[in-house]
Amino acid sequence: MPILKNIAAIAKGMSITLKEMFAPTVVENYPDGPGPLKGAKFQERFRGVHVLQRDENGLEKCVACFLCAAACPSNCIYIEAAENTAENRISGAERYAKVYNIDYNRCIFCGYCVEACPTDAITHGHGFELATFNASNLVYRKEQLLAPMPAHLGANAVFNKAEIDKGMPALTS
Amino acid sequence: MLNQLTQYLQSTVTPGQAGSMLWATIYILVIFAGISLCVVFINWGERKALAHFQIRLGPMRVGPHGLLQPIADALKLLLKEDTIPANADKVVFWVAPFIVTTAAFVVYLVVPFGPQHAVTDMNIGILFMLGVSSLGVLGIITAGWASNSHYPLLGSLRSSAQMVSYEVAMGLAVISAILMTSFTPGSGSGTLSMIGIVEAQKAQGVWFLFKFFPLGLVAFVVFAIAMIAETNRAPFDLPEAESELVAGFHTEYSGFRWSLFMLGEYAAMIAVSSIAVTLWLGGWMRPFPNLLSGTNWDTIFSLVPGAFFLFLSAVTLYSTARMPKKLTFRIQTVGLGAFGLLLGAVGLVMLVPGVRERVQDIFWFMLKVAVFMYLYIWYRATWPRYRFDQLMRVGWKVLLPLSLGVLIVTGVVGLSPELMTWLKGVL
Repeated sequence: MPILKNIAAIAKGMSITLKEMFAPTVVENYPDGPGPLKGAKFQERFRGVHVLQRDENGLEKCVACFLCAAACPSNCIYIEAAENTAENRISGAERYAKVYNIDYNRCIFCGYCVEACPTDAITHGHGFELATFNASNLVYRKEQLLAPMPAHLGANAVFNKAEIDKGMPALTS
Repeated sequence: MLNQLTQYLQSTVTPGQAGSMLWATIYILVIFAGISLCVVFINWGERKALAHFQIRLGPMRVGPHGLLQPIADALKLLLKEDTIPANADKVVFWVAPFIVTTAAFVVYLVVPFGPQHAVTDMNIGILFMLGVSSLGVLGIITAGWASNSHYPLLGSLRSSAQMVSYEVAMGLAVISAILMTSFTPGSGSGTLSMIGIVEAQKAQGVWFLFKFFPLGLVAFVVFAIAMIAETNRAPFDLPEAESELVAGFHTEYSGFRWSLFMLGEYAAMIAVSSIAVTLWLGGWMRPFPNLLSGTNWDTIFSLVPGAFFLFLSAVTLYSTARMPKKLTFRIQTVGLGAFGLLLGAVGLVMLVPGVRERVQDIFWFMLKVAVFMYLYIWYRATWPRYRFDQLMRVGWKVLLPLSLGVLIVTGVVGLSPELMTWLKGVL
């Protein structure tokens, strides 16, 4: 009976759509969702706004070798290097980046800078809400890209603060 | 005034039959406003349900769960520029959307929402309904013709061919249901009146869907397919086929005129659904009027509408409590809570004795129509569009012979019920 077969096929098709109706949606309720991400979900390897990493001592990993700027196909990375001194130690090696700008007007999020980096200093984070009314706001400076200090250094800072409050001389880094 | 009110409350017939001009006008206004509101929110429901069928979220941002989206849409449509193409036939172009909308709304004159809740009870009700509802195609053809553009013309030509081929099968299916009204014991003659058809189902103690099983069911299925084609909905939406004809017959329309087409389309969907409900699903009757009869069951079933609204209210208030506790959601949360309380108040009013007996007919009727509206959306989410030759083949080679056969067999079986048992024995 072909007609019974057809009816069965129709019933099957309609049951599939009905099932999908009660399935959880794959679309995210992004700007109104819960949590700090407002409902957005990311793949681990999502290439968002860059993050300049620090090592375990809180020093910057970037040694100002310019490899990322050389690898950048859209030429959006601008670096000025400076020497570390005993008084002013910023990175773990000889040099550090005094200025590190990424122009997000030009960046195409290709990830070549991340691949080129010999010290794993520059990585892609998950930031993506870059839209702005002023294009000059899209030139991100080092302070905007740097990762926060590691948690244990932050904890030490709390102890330092307590000691400073008690009258100890402040430790300058 | 008070006199009018008491007269209305004691009346057991429709305002049209009672000759009350005032109440007929009020009914017309209430139906017009109510159906327009229904159309607006079915539009929201369709977008939302379709989104969930496709594992999306649908409108979420205007109001809680996008509840106010249709209002935003309506505002946008009214503010849009209203363009008429330079080479269009201006008068015909202007009049086409009004034909579609008027044809869709005039049908509601005879739709029986309850034994007293219809504008009037014409003795040719179903004929009137079929006649007026098929006038809508005239508006579609004029729209396509007057646009003076290729795609609208193609859309309207498809539409006319489609209407012609499906109207026949639809009419024959309707006739077989009308034929069943004449088999009421002790009456001997059928009726074309919409209220009479429901009364006949009451008298025979069966919905026509289950009458002479499976004859009524087959006629109903034929009608259910033909009514989708009649209202140009997926999978028979060839006249507006988005992927082929841009927007079909209303490609050149914008703003208010376009929204009139939408209004007409959705009003026509509700109208043909209410024909189907009246003819085969027992119209305003509550479920199991014979199996679960008696005053106790009557009371229980008359409590259902109020309970339904109270349930909706509870759901709304629950989601109000679950709204995000952010400052930006404050107004939405308060609005949703007020809406929930409003639903609760409506539910409580519907529980009052005296009110509940009078409104339960409307409730059951609208519930059955709502199922049809959901089915429309479900079909649209499930099935791809028919090719035009497939459409014609289904119309002429399957539905037409089927409905003709059902009509003949219904007549023969109705004359001698023993034949039905014999037929079943043979099969």
